[in-house]
Amino acid sequence: MFRYFSASSIAGPIFLGALAIALMPWYMLQDGFFSFTWLSGYPLDAESASLLSLLLQGQKLWLAPIGLIFLVLFAGALLPLTRRKRGELFLWISAVGLAYALGQGFIVGIQGWSFSFLSDAFGDMQDRQFGMGYGAMFCLLSLLFCFSWGLSASGRVQQDPFVTGSLALIIGVVGLFIFMPVGQMLLLAFQPQGEGAILGAVLERLFDPKIWRLQCLSGVGQCGAAWNSLGLAVAVGFLTTLLGLAFALVFTRTRTPFRPLLRSLSLLPVITPPFVIGLSVILLFGMSGLVTQLVAGWLAIEPSRWIYGFNGVLLAQLLAFTPISFMVLIGVVEGISPSMEEASQTLRATPWRTFKTVTWPLLRPGLANAFLIGFIESMADFGNPLVLGGNFNVLSTEIFFAIVGSQSDMARAAMLALVLLLFTIGAFMLQNVWLGKKRYITVNGKGDSGVHPDLPWPIKWAVIGVTLVWTVFTIVVYALIIYGSFVEIWGRDWTFTLRHYISGFGVSWTEHGLMWQGSAWSSLGTTLTISLIAAPLTAAIGLLTAWLLTRQTFVGKAAFEFGTLLSFAIPGTVIGVSYIVAFNVPPFELTGTAAILVICFVFRNMPVGVRSGIASLSQIDKSLDEASMTLRATSSRTFLRITLPLIKPAILSALVYSFVRSMTAISAVIFLVSAQHNMATSYIIGRVENNEYGIAVAYAVVLIVIMLAAILSFQLLTRGRNIGRRGMAPSDTTLTSGVP
Amino acid sequence: MSLNRKSGDAAVVLKQIVKQYSPGSPAAVDNISLQFDSGCLTTLLGPSGCGKTTTLRMIAGLEMATSGQILIGGVDVTRLPATQRDVSMVFQSYALFPHMRVFENIRYGLEVGSLKAEEIDERVDAIMRMTGLEALGSRYPHELSGGQQQRVAVARALVIEPQVLLFDEPLSNLDAKLRRKVRQEIRDLQQSLGLTVIYVTHDQEEALAISDTIVVLNNAVVAQLGSPRELYEKPRTQFVADFIGEANILPCERVASAHGVKVVAGPLSFELSEGIDRVGKGHMAVNPGKISLQPHQEGALSPHAMTGMLSKASYLGDHLECVVETAIGEILVRTPVVSDAPFAGSVVTVTIPPEAIVLLDD
Repeated sequence: MFRYFSASSIAGPIFLGALAIALMPWYMLQDGFFSFTWLSGYPLDAESASLLSLLLQGQKLWLAPIGLIFLVLFAGALLPLTRRKRGELFLWISAVGLAYALGQGFIVGIQGWSFSFLSDAFGDMQDRQFGMGYGAMFCLLSLLFCFSWGLSASGRVQQDPFVTGSLALIIGVVGLFIFMPVGQMLLLAFQPQGEGAILGAVLERLFDPKIWRLQCLSGVGQCGAAWNSLGLAVAVGFLTTLLGLAFALVFTRTRTPFRPLLRSLSLLPVITPPFVIGLSVILLFGMSGLVTQLVAGWLAIEPSRWIYGFNGVLLAQLLAFTPISFMVLIGVVEGISPSMEEASQTLRATPWRTFKTVTWPLLRPGLANAFLIGFIESMADFGNPLVLGGNFNVLSTEIFFAIVGSQSDMARAAMLALVLLLFTIGAFMLQNVWLGKKRYITVNGKGDSGVHPDLPWPIKWAVIGVTLVWTVFTIVVYALIIYGSFVEIWGRDWTFTLRHYISGFGVSWTEHGLMWQGSAWSSLGTTLTISLIAAPLTAAIGLLTAWLLTRQTFVGKAAFEFGTLLSFAIPGTVIGVSYIVAFNVPPFELTGTAAILVICFVFRNMPVGVRSGIASLSQIDKSLDEASMTLRATSSRTFLRITLPLIKPAILSALVYSFVRSMTAISAVIFLVSAQHNMATSYIIGRVENNEYGIAVAYAVVLIVIMLAAILSFQLLTRGRNIGRRGMAPSDTTLTSGVP
Repeated sequence: MSLNRKSGDAAVVLKQIVKQYSPGSPAAVDNISLQFDSGCLTTLLGPSGCGKTTTLRMIAGLEMATSGQILIGGVDVTRLPATQRDVSMVFQSYALFPHMRVFENIRYGLEVGSLKAEEIDERVDAIMRMTGLEALGSRYPHELSGGQQQRVAVARALVIEPQVLLFDEPLSNLDAKLRRKVRQEIRDLQQSLGLTVIYVTHDQEEALAISDTIVVLNNAVVAQLGSPRELYEKPRTQFVADFIGEANILPCERVASAHGVKVVAGPLSFELSEGIDRVGKGHMAVNPGKISLQPHQEGALSPHAMTGMLSKASYLGDHLECVVETAIGEILVRTPVVSDAPFAGSVVTVTIPPEAIVLLDD
């Protein structure tokens, strides 16, 4: 029976389609699918009826063509046609079906016709429809698979249905959930202002002085947000690269004893919500900060708000992103074959000359790569500028204020997002086009045996010194976070207390059983649930994409590759805003639901799965796939029985890292939370804005502990996992870099 | 184990096959037409980059030909992917699935068909006995030696009873002594089962030892094809002569004469009775094992002999390999080890019998 529904047969998609139109509710349900309250009115109630039931009752008749299309497809599946002819039939009919199903969703909306020219032409429509629900979604999916099956069966493409189906799925979801929303949002930037001309409005928004003014250079006033973001990102990129290089050199080229400490430091950005560092910086240097008060006491300098603004954000971002740069550069530094430096030594070069003429030039591309990573991370960072920015406006926070501020101006937000996108995509293109594929360096490079020579001693002592200072600083920052959760009021009342933990996470026994009293449980529960749901979906989509990219060739592969990689470069703020724009109205009415959060996480974290998959798959010899093919296995069988079992470590790491990244996400989440579904990070930010630092920090500590537990159990599970191949777990750098 | 073979038909036919990796780039395989006979072991032989592996992969269905036709068992399979062709392949790296045991590897190909589980197990057991793997069924690939892994790869490819079995340089990962043993095992298996095998290698000794037919490829085209003996004794071009065995390639000139052809090379001249198709300058291949070497003695030289200086003599156990510098170039001579053999630096007489000469086309 299962074989009948294998990925190469048409039975699967048809069955799915039948299920979708006959049984599943077509429209979105008020209380959500999984509350099951809709079952009471099923199957006749218009809100929860399936397509078939609606049509049979004579309602929503514009959906009738979809039913007809499926009839034709059923007939096509049963008639005795040649495979080729059946393929052609399916190809064209499903294409029409898809176009119509999507089109009717956009044309008929909440108030009847969605476009005024249609109501002008046809008169007002008396009926209306809500957003698409599971029935409609599965129907679209089924049509998509019928279309891709048709492409394969008709012989128009070489690949078998599993490959075309996977491609169609990935292109469909990435298009729907990344490119469509971003595109819709960017279009907003080109809206006219009131009754005026479009071009004028666009230019006015684009060249808004708040974005581009340069007054800060003359010492008076502020600069525009774009220059601020750019300056900050350049500074962060430059400094994190230098610091990361120092760390990498200490780790690989010296024999200092605290190297294991450095390795664990590299875990930190993975498990810390990005703005928590900003919080800790406030605890150190803010108005009531520890250092501020000490300095005020010793040197009688008045506490001031000097940390708020460029300085604070720079410091916080340096602390947060240096470990990422460190991990990227470790790969680069270790990737330099020792034999080259040994050759230089045998040619009479001093350590200094070797470093200058051999090591440094080989490091340069890696350094450029690390710079760009730091640049993009800084550009996209939202939490730290929000917490520490003060009057220093950067693009990501400006976007936020344009939407949630008193003057909600979506067009302005869209224009700001466009500018931000230009920066990040520009840097991303530089990284990919100019530097090429060097970013997928794995740590376990195939080094020839050889020993790295010592660094020239001025450099050696410089990097050790810098590293030591920075390590101590980082440790202090994290220690403060923990300490801060246990003090009554930071800066004024230093008594030890568990009050913050209790108010956030208190639990008590009542006669009704366990009661979760703490205010934080609701958001923590939501965050955990959503992250756990999103993680396997992320891993699945990411690994499927990685498999398509590494193992299959097809027409338009370069474009596909570029498209999926491009989604890496879109900052979370931009995604958050575009989701609000695109998914607020039918046909995809998702705002305020848990689904939009899950979808947001899946596509924000897809890079994790893709990179993990690519790194792992490139270590598996292609001849294994080919052997499977010559043994009569189709692509789906090869993928399921040969490829997947061999990349188990990659699957696990994709799961764990996407879980962790979902838990710590803030920049997109802040736009998508609702009263019903609040997330931990946005809750914490809310507390910070109310100056309730105690509970904010306590919550941050709890989050860090949860994620530390997740990562450590993952590392324990994969230790010693060896399927008899040389390959080990993929490099950590591929999993943590990427916009927050 | 039963294998129905229609012997004598052409099992695989290639018609004007061309492979270009991208339009405008030089062809990896340039208009090759070949027939592979059923029940025979045919070797594709040539240096790296000559197109032999590409051709093999096109037969397997792992690459698609840019133009031309491929027929297997009379059926046009040119556009079919590997999954749907009735061939199986033994890879250079064996490509054993590392997460499956030996018997799971072997049964993998049978699981797709409509056989019942007991039948599958029977066939797997039979093939494991045939290849000497009975005791190793539950081991993982990384627990086997290179030779054992190779046998598993062969068993896995054989058990699905393909029409054609392809080998892609299967011995290159084995050490020299093992190679000899394993290549003979492959040949014995092929002959006892009457399999059609297409074998790719760059090692000419291997090709000579086990093939029914050898196809020599050079630069994306077929240089010569024939039985091992034909290729060794009658190479047609300099390339083939140089590649198979270590023939001496010497410039010569063909002159028409009363009885046929006279070949002149420096002080040597030979009367050959066979006809030739052209006169003029060309090359000839001289078998080093058939040249005789004597210390120089005073006296007239026959037209088949000339003098030279022995510059190097290497002792190789059962023979001496000598390099003699003569008027027409350096000549490699293999001469048996005798007590009064000439030594390096001495003047020698080199005698070339006419049967040691092959005229080359170029």
